[in-house]
Amino acid sequence: MNTITIECLRYHPESDAEPRFQSWPVPFTDDMSVLQGLQYIKDHLDGSLTFRWSCRMAICGSCGAMVNGVPRLTCETFLRDLYPGPVRIEPLNHFPIVRDLAIDQADFLGKLQSVKPYIIPDAEPQGTYLQTPEQMERYYQYSKCINCLLCYAACPQYGLNDRFTGPAALALLHRYNADSRDAGKAERMEVVNTEDGVWGCTLVGYCSEVCPKGVDPARAVNQNKIESTKDYFFRFFRK
Amino acid sequence: MKRSNKPIFWSLFGAGGMLSALVGPALIYKTGFSSQALGYERALLLAQNGFGKLAILAVIGLFLFHGCHRLYHSLHDFGIHVGPGLKAAFHGFAAAGTLAAAVLLAHIS
Repeated sequence: MNTITIECLRYHPESDAEPRFQSWPVPFTDDMSVLQGLQYIKDHLDGSLTFRWSCRMAICGSCGAMVNGVPRLTCETFLRDLYPGPVRIEPLNHFPIVRDLAIDQADFLGKLQSVKPYIIPDAEPQGTYLQTPEQMERYYQYSKCINCLLCYAACPQYGLNDRFTGPAALALLHRYNADSRDAGKAERMEVVNTEDGVWGCTLVGYCSEVCPKGVDPARAVNQNKIESTKDYFFRFFRK
Repeated sequence: MKRSNKPIFWSLFGAGGMLSALVGPALIYKTGFSSQALGYERALLLAQNGFGKLAILAVIGLFLFHGCHRLYHSLHDFGIHVGPGLKAAFHGFAAAGTLAAAVLLAHIS
């Protein structure tokens, strides 16, 4: 069995004046993820280490962290790929730290709510909504978002200006706007059209690169720059 | 929620970006290195034609708007947060350049 050094950012606001790093040697097998490495530390070396996790299989989106400076889900990042290390684990960039690796998600949750991430049907729904495979294809990839916030940690614009609605919320906004069963586009365009809506993005594209679910938020945002531009100029002809 | 006026500048930026990608390198070559193809005489003929004037104006104006918009955003990326004054200066420079080109083109007969 090999051993790898895991270097973790620690911050307990009640006792630490500022964040610090702590290292542990962690024995690992080839099938062990970074998350399992953290669990080994918590179970055997230091029970006070705090981090979020749940499903262990890239579904729940809880275990995101910066692994050697890159936003990753720790459950699907393997220690064998990081050997000989050391592995540096930090909380996701651009978010306030609650404790150790646990970040405060409140800002994102507010933004998620602001984009109305649910189907807003017509006033009078007419029975079952039928949808063709082509219609589903238009939104399907965006529906795979698990709210893990890796894209927010990757986004330099969110880092510079946290009022920016950000990649995941805008991708989910697009997921509902692009759904043939939805009639809430006009309400959501109000968010899209603001300075901190799609216009906070400068198409860096790192959000799409780090997404563990193959969602392409950069594409969603930039499709909505076109939508917002059409909305801006065509509103004069509509009424 | 307040609507952003970015669609105006983003459209000009986007149009300039597409135009510069499509014709920029060719124009640099034709005017800078291969003077026979688009030398002074031919460029003057182009500038005397109505459609030619429009094409030249589009190339100058949209390139300017594209470049200024990019510089403005690059400053933000480097952590230099420019206020509305400098933003107006960047876009104003592009607008002034476009206007100057329009006036000069109108005087070529």
